[in-house]
Amino acid sequence: MKTIRNVVCPFCGSLCDDIEVDVEDNRVVKVRKGCAISVTKFTKYNEERIYKPRIDGREVSLEEAINEAVEILANAKYPALYGWSCTSTEAINIGIEIAELVGGVMDNTASVCHGPTILGEQDAGISTCTLGQVKNRAELIIYWGCNPAHAHPRHMARYSAASRGRFVKGRRERTVIVVDVRKTHTAKTADIFIQIKPNSDFELLTALRWAVKNGELEQEEIAGIPAEKIEELADMLISCRFGALFFGLGLTMSAGKARNIEAAVNLVRELNNYTKFVMVPMRGHFNVTGANEVMAWATGFPFAVDFSRGYPFYNPGDTTFVDVLTRGDCDAALIVASDPVSGFPAEAIRNLAKIPVITLDPHETLTTMISKVVIPTAVVGIEAEGSAYRMDAVPLRLKKLVEPPPGILSDEEVLKMILKKLKERVK
Amino acid sequence: MIKVILITGRSLDQGVSKELGKFSKEYMEKVAVCELDPEDLKLLGVSSGQNVKVKTKYGEVVVKATESTQAPHKGIAFIPYGPWASILMPSATESTGMPSLKGIEATIEPAKDEEILDPEKLIKMVVGREP
Repeated sequence: MKTIRNVVCPFCGSLCDDIEVDVEDNRVVKVRKGCAISVTKFTKYNEERIYKPRIDGREVSLEEAINEAVEILANAKYPALYGWSCTSTEAINIGIEIAELVGGVMDNTASVCHGPTILGEQDAGISTCTLGQVKNRAELIIYWGCNPAHAHPRHMARYSAASRGRFVKGRRERTVIVVDVRKTHTAKTADIFIQIKPNSDFELLTALRWAVKNGELEQEEIAGIPAEKIEELADMLISCRFGALFFGLGLTMSAGKARNIEAAVNLVRELNNYTKFVMVPMRGHFNVTGANEVMAWATGFPFAVDFSRGYPFYNPGDTTFVDVLTRGDCDAALIVASDPVSGFPAEAIRNLAKIPVITLDPHETLTTMISKVVIPTAVVGIEAEGSAYRMDAVPLRLKKLVEPPPGILSDEEVLKMILKKLKERVK
Repeated sequence: MIKVILITGRSLDQGVSKELGKFSKEYMEKVAVCELDPEDLKLLGVSSGQNVKVKTKYGEVVVKATESTQAPHKGIAFIPYGPWASILMPSATESTGMPSLKGIEATIEPAKDEEILDPEKLIKMVVGREP
């Protein structure tokens, strides 16, 4: 048995990099330091595995599956390439080359997650920092529309509320504020809980900014919160020496979407006239930040990039995958490391089920069920190495702990094979 | 029948059971659920563990009602991300790419004798054929 230390967990955007994994006979036998999700991921990754490539439900060789995938992509007028948040940066890079070659539209899962965050940032900018800065310096922490106790279970202990920093020693030296529509398990650990009415984040963020700038509010109540409470909150934010706002999909998925983020950015900007304040999005999938980074450095745009004109074109709401599908525009799809059928609205799924879909995934999913071509791949961060970006855009190296099942290659290797054959095919 | 605002989101159970497989018993047990405030459960006359039907303008689905451990949130219903929640969501993205997955108007009614569809049946219902 050997123990592998400092393993990076390939589940959420926290990318905890202190996991210890015991491996024996090419099997993970024990995991230490991980959260409940991490331990399950490392020990149960062989549940519902796919071991053989398939075309129309029939088992085929890898070569046949790749040839079929190449034919589908080469013959499509407007293929969509989607997913990318649960694979390596290296695989994403090859995906972009494929999208450009076939003149398709490439989108990542950020579009149904923190896409509006990116839109808000593009409009208003962002004052941000690494999680290390927060851990070492932040005296006041806000979690707004996010529930790390469930979605990022070790975030509070490792990087934020309860982390032991160099200058701020721990939970007792920090003030923690939670803004949410429910009294979440995160809210139950907070010093101050603000229970906001659903769909009124924009109003509260704007009122808070007003209170920071001008002191008193004219209304008696905003977003279900008494004006006095908002004014008190504004004083607290101004008075801290270093504040950090962590925000989640409570802002991006509810009314206002990108405008909520813009309001949050403007609040943080205002606060920087008085103190140091930063904001960090609570990114979900372990490499969704990487998908944005790679696409941005390769094409200039972080998601929803359309190559059909022969150059990268970006128009969220139009070139985002949900919209492309709902309109019924794409005539084929390549899905990598994602399960849109589990998470997309019914209208989009109906249209996805009408076109030939190629899916690369280690596991059976609702998307593999409707796919014409299924190619099983290795589990990134367990059976394949690669790099991934943490929620604060710090890149970390994912390790290969065990060998994948015989004949199973990584996403990166399969995509390279598809790209090579496509280049010959479309020459 | 009660009117609620529906939100979807991550739960720890959803995260763990997802890793056990999308077709596992655990996934369906933890994800085909609707977490309700204890007062709303009383209003509905439903006890934790009984089935309810959730309806929006965009679709309807039967899931298991559970008493929320993250209450109070009277008037707000929570369903974890997954195929059951997705059926209830609009496809319009208001020029952002993001469907409104939180803050949707919905109604909830008791559906004690109605079946919760497994993922395969659910897809069949959505796409109108055998997957």
